[in-house]
Amino acid sequence: MQAPKWFSVLLAAAVVPSIAYGAETLSLERMKALYQRPKSIPFPADNPFSAEKAALGEMLFFDPRLSGANYISCASCHNPALSWGDGLPRGIGHGMTVLGRRTPTVLNAAWADLLMWDGRMPNLEAQALGPMSAPVEMNQELAKLPAKLSAIAGYRERFAAVFPYEEITVANAAKAIATYERTVVSGTAPFDRWIAGDEKAISESAKRGFVVFNTKGNCQACHSGWNFTDNSFRDIGLPDADIGRGKILDLPSMQHAFKTPTLRDVERRAPYMHDGSVPTLMAVVEHYDHGFVQRPSLSEEVKSLHLTAEEKTDLADFMMTLTGENPPVHVPVLFAGPQTAQR
Amino acid sequence: MARVAALVSMALATALTAAIARAEGTTVYQEDKKFSEPEVTIKAGQSVVFANKDPFTHNVYSKTPGMSFDLRTQKSGESSEVKFDHAGESEVQCAIHPQMKMKIKVTD
Repeated sequence: MQAPKWFSVLLAAAVVPSIAYGAETLSLERMKALYQRPKSIPFPADNPFSAEKAALGEMLFFDPRLSGANYISCASCHNPALSWGDGLPRGIGHGMTVLGRRTPTVLNAAWADLLMWDGRMPNLEAQALGPMSAPVEMNQELAKLPAKLSAIAGYRERFAAVFPYEEITVANAAKAIATYERTVVSGTAPFDRWIAGDEKAISESAKRGFVVFNTKGNCQACHSGWNFTDNSFRDIGLPDADIGRGKILDLPSMQHAFKTPTLRDVERRAPYMHDGSVPTLMAVVEHYDHGFVQRPSLSEEVKSLHLTAEEKTDLADFMMTLTGENPPVHVPVLFAGPQTAQR
Repeated sequence: MARVAALVSMALATALTAAIARAEGTTVYQEDKKFSEPEVTIKAGQSVVFANKDPFTHNVYSKTPGMSFDLRTQKSGESSEVKFDHAGESEVQCAIHPQMKMKIKVTD
């Protein structure tokens, strides 16, 4: 006789949801407590928030005149309509150059420690200038950027208001862009409403998926906390030649290691992984179940999972509950000024 | 099943405690993706034991010239000892979790 569906749900709620966490065993309620949203955005002491600075950063973020050829803005790749990515397997830069890795999202970057897939940038201020100056990305010669922006009256006024008694500098442009980027936060998702106590906010399949995520799937070893990342670097066994963080930090464990991305709004960011090689969330689940390559640097956290078909579906259903209700993104009308071609 | 899980957890905790108790010298724990000490001071010739109390792996290392080391992948419950022969200050980090940082000050 087949057990009624309510029985399996009860079973899942009563028996499965506990996880060994060090010497401690976590109940479902304790598990859920690990995923509470933060109450405020962290801003660094050396670049505090102001509404005026964020507004200037927004203008710069959407302005293609920050690129050498004046047709690529930060938003060209970090498109808010595509969950602050570009929806492509690999980014496309100056002269339609196909880049080596997928464009990471800007979403929730305020909580990131090191930026870029290989963590080579220490903070958002430095990160903003990396793609801007890279010849294959925005191809903007940074030394010429202040003069370029100073030629635009609107920027002269706005920079003077935000950074009084200072000339327009590359560093201040980066501070403004970073401030704006820190305000890009994923909206409240059905998962958050479930965490807050609304049992009807997500499906029973998604609830089971949450338990698999935290137990048999071991996903929480890396995708932990409200932002579903611990900002760690690991080799997850993708079969490409890119050694990732290994180029930055020459240790055996860092070969083929890449930064753990957030799973917030992940449904909107296919294709997946640093190389855009995995087309769907179900394919991601299959990768972690058995699809990774064995090599010395493979993370100890990546092991064959032997998930059942139902567990795989539950995991995908759970991840889709992380899609937030994001309000429409404001796109500024840019300051009038010369479309200078100087680089 | 919950009772079995609790017993397994207790056994793991006991094994971890025993492994750590056997280790000699100053012990720095890795727990909740943090080092238990932001800084420790030892004398030249003494050791520091790095013990992983987290349920996942860490990779403690230092790239400080003359004081570098790499403990490679340390699984849950494992501990490793590093001896410091010379005075200096070693910047220690976890490669997997770069937000984990601490210092070892070695005096003569």
